[in-house]
Amino acid sequence: MSKYMTQMGDGYRAEFTAEEIKTDIEEGTQDAVRRGKIEPLGEEDKRRLFEIVTRPDRSVGVDRGNEVVVSYDSGTTKFNRCNVEVSKLQSLQIYERLLGADTLEFAHIDYSYKPVKPIVVFEQPRFEQALLITIPPLFYGAMPNLGLYSQPDGPCPNPGDLLPKGQIKEARESYEKQIEHSVKDMVYVASRMYEAGADGINFDTTAAAGDAEFYATLKAIETLHKKYPQMCIQMGMASEFVLGMHGELYYDGVRLAGLYPHKQLELAEKVGVRIFGPAINIVTTQSLPWNVARSVTFVKACVEKAKIPIHACMGMGVCGVPLTLSVPVDALTRASKAMVDITRLDGL
Amino acid sequence: MAVAHGIASGIGGIRAAGDLVARMQVSRGMRLQDAKEYVAGKLGVSVADLADPVVMSEVREDRDLGRVNAVPGLAKGIDAKFRIAELLDIEINCVNVFKKRIGMGK
Repeated sequence: MSKYMTQMGDGYRAEFTAEEIKTDIEEGTQDAVRRGKIEPLGEEDKRRLFEIVTRPDRSVGVDRGNEVVVSYDSGTTKFNRCNVEVSKLQSLQIYERLLGADTLEFAHIDYSYKPVKPIVVFEQPRFEQALLITIPPLFYGAMPNLGLYSQPDGPCPNPGDLLPKGQIKEARESYEKQIEHSVKDMVYVASRMYEAGADGINFDTTAAAGDAEFYATLKAIETLHKKYPQMCIQMGMASEFVLGMHGELYYDGVRLAGLYPHKQLELAEKVGVRIFGPAINIVTTQSLPWNVARSVTFVKACVEKAKIPIHACMGMGVCGVPLTLSVPVDALTRASKAMVDITRLDGL
Repeated sequence: MAVAHGIASGIGGIRAAGDLVARMQVSRGMRLQDAKEYVAGKLGVSVADLADPVVMSEVREDRDLGRVNAVPGLAKGIDAKFRIAELLDIEINCVNVFKKRIGMGK
């Protein structure tokens, strides 16, 4: 029986029969259905995904006419992370003129709002300069990163120390204090960068620290949206499921712990987010078709109910892209094509 | 990653009309198809032309909206954004900030 080469969720090559791939696609979509209480992929979508996975081409692309807006988070830090010595301005020009980026993003190497606060006066003039020499929409981006507000990195007692001791009340109080600090930092930095001329602000990897971080980000965005109604706010999520680290936080009557992407989207729209980025986790021990089917099912549920553009987060380890630093091109382009052609979302 | 996603799925940025379609998402929160139709209508091209770098290079040069290649005298940054704001009938924050700085804005 002939076999098809594809990858596992960790990027390693693996071979499967046609029947095994079809089974994985079915099980992947059903896993999303079970968890998110959403609709499964239809027969045509599953057939299309099977065809994308089993194509002999090394790399694939979306059908002509289906091209989407491709945005890049943390744009000015990516080359430096690969030990390529280019300035922020040069990085943006490379994205704009050599890589065909549809939007650009300026960021500090320590990609979180808290460390940007003390250096924002150094960020602003370079950002202003970048705005003069680039053409696509230019965002300023960073992560809410609530972890930086607990000891030893921040002022609040560490819930990670309190929870194992059963000090649940104290841990919750700490999270509530962290929310206050982080909202101030996010609003401060975003305001300064918007007043410098930013087209938008990106809140990247939102809710990485759970429901308290999601609450803080929603609060900051609500404040910013009232202050600057024209500001484009992009919210990229950290994972498919908001962890209930606090457990009792509600936003506008909605409990944040346990929200899946299509429910996260509802709150995002309510507070004024203009572009929403769902992030779906990868299971490294499952195959690429299983992971892509699962991710596409979750994202399709968002796209169908969204009033705002949906840009799926498709970096390493999310939305079907294998969890490895050097992602195989065949896996990445298959995940990219499947996400666009099947969900018909607005961007990546 | 950036290269692979761009080639597999992207409109092409300023090589084509990716930045212009993105502008409509950023400025007005338009969904993709609406944004493409809006930009195509303003440029007087078809939606299919928006991802075509040959057609769009000519359109961008004619309208001076900035293009990838270094052409003497053509817009390369904020000057292109002044024209994009006018063409697409949108507010661009940095254009307004710039106008204010030179005493043109409100």
